[in-house]
Amino acid sequence: MKKLIEKLSTHAILIGVSLLSIFPFIWLISTSLKGNSENIFAYPPTIIPKDFTFANYTGVWQKVDFIRYFVNSMIVAGGTVFLNLILSAMAGYPLARMEFRGKKITFFAILATIMIPFQAIMLPVYLITLKLHLIDSVNNFAGFVGLIMPFAVSAFGIFLMRQAFLGIPKEMEEAAIVDGCNVFQIFTKVLLPMVKPSLAVLAIFTFIGSWGEFLWPSIVLTKETMYTLPVGVNNLQGMFSSNWRFIAAGSILATIPIIIFFLSMQKYFISGENDGAVKG
Amino acid sequence: MFKYYGKYAPYLFLLPAAVVLIIFFFIPFFHTFVLSFQDYSNSLYSANFAGLDNYIKLFKSPVFYKVLFNTFIYLFAAVPVLAIVPLFLAILLNQKIRGITLYKILIYIPVIVSIVVAAIAFKWLFADEGILNYIVTSLGFQRIGWLTDPNWALYSVIIVTIWKGIGYYMMIYLAALMSVPKELYEACDIDGAGFFRKHLTVTIPHIMPTIALVTTISAISAMKVFAEIYVMTKGGPLNSSKTIVYYIYERAFENLDLGFASAMAVVLLIIVLALSLVNVLFFERKKYQI
Repeated sequence: MKKLIEKLSTHAILIGVSLLSIFPFIWLISTSLKGNSENIFAYPPTIIPKDFTFANYTGVWQKVDFIRYFVNSMIVAGGTVFLNLILSAMAGYPLARMEFRGKKITFFAILATIMIPFQAIMLPVYLITLKLHLIDSVNNFAGFVGLIMPFAVSAFGIFLMRQAFLGIPKEMEEAAIVDGCNVFQIFTKVLLPMVKPSLAVLAIFTFIGSWGEFLWPSIVLTKETMYTLPVGVNNLQGMFSSNWRFIAAGSILATIPIIIFFLSMQKYFISGENDGAVKG
Repeated sequence: MFKYYGKYAPYLFLLPAAVVLIIFFFIPFFHTFVLSFQDYSNSLYSANFAGLDNYIKLFKSPVFYKVLFNTFIYLFAAVPVLAIVPLFLAILLNQKIRGITLYKILIYIPVIVSIVVAAIAFKWLFADEGILNYIVTSLGFQRIGWLTDPNWALYSVIIVTIWKGIGYYMMIYLAALMSVPKELYEACDIDGAGFFRKHLTVTIPHIMPTIALVTTISAISAMKVFAEIYVMTKGGPLNSSKTIVYYIYERAFENLDLGFASAMAVVLLIIVLALSLVNVLFFERKKYQI
């Protein structure tokens, strides 16, 4: 009996928290599906639309270039992931496997970057980006590079890859040396394939971080055609001022890609085994 | 193993990451201090040395104290909730029960979704004639100006930060809970210990380092909030929901007062460094052998 009560209350709490977690979106979806003849401020509120319609979706789709925002976000997130994988793996390798002068100081310098938030140094980062002409008013390519470069590598990624390389038995390298591989071949052909799981974790968490980034793009972007999804979604508020049906529909549209990504990759997020994937 | 790599190989491998970190991290870090001693108020392109003027201006500015106060309210309201509630949920999810994956997915969704969309969703919940005020009024209370009343705005924004963080910290706790030996719980069950005694005597001592980690990470993220405030309140009304990062943004990119904003960035740096050091010195001494 005691066990049963415990079990029931566990489920009750978890169901409650789950509902709280998704209710803001459910209410947003509900609003986005209500037609003009239905008062979205009606008391009492109705979750199931009475005047059900997709008109808000088609309406906002025609006025806002979501495909463009999506492509921009893909370019930025894809580029950020790509550079993070390469740069973190390259930097993690000598830190895990080689002896060289200045190793300790390099190690601590990278560690120190964890403690310094981007928000505190963003002004000089912005000035440097301007000075390097990595801004969308020069051309689109420069704009993308400017969006990506400040996040092209992180201490989190370097330490994650270092940890992964530390776990590989030394015999692997010895065998490759006997086969006549040089250091670059050992890195690309022997070691990299063995750290694929860590690369996958790094790719996924970098992607999520980059996809949701808002502060940096809203500082550097000057052209609407360069907007990433979060900047575009924020802009809906200005475009449709108090048309909450359109704002809701646009926000939901912009969220669909990341939900699909999350559901298809969910084991990486919720297995609870990605101990190393803790990011400040 | 003999050295199969040349003398320069380690440096070649480190070079690309080093270039990025130097240009976009270390130079900006030192430049922040330099900027804070300069005066840009006449022109963005020619700075005059200003000595401590920016800091004097900062410490004389009532808005600065308001912003600092708000940031600490943020810290003290969000951190305890984010350290405790996710732990409680993780303990509930660390058992063999039905539907566990579904619960985890649903509770994790706020973490995945863009903070901008989350902030918009909450802005809609918080609308003056919105659904939350419907609940409040039908319970017999006065309508609340969630985002328009200076007494409420900051707390409304904090709610969004908490809501978005719960799933993230829950997963960190879940990973830690897996390392607690099952035998200890079995021993508790034999002793007839209840839910709370079991977790107070076994779980919490065992995962103390993770609790410390979550406390530090959530404290540092609370210092860095921006998007929620930008989307929902723009720091208003009457600066009531303005925190440090938002104020840096506003002074730098709207008022173009880079010197003043940088002086504030230095204050932010010092606070975050202090928080990190507290973590390293008190909780992670063993890891770094200090």
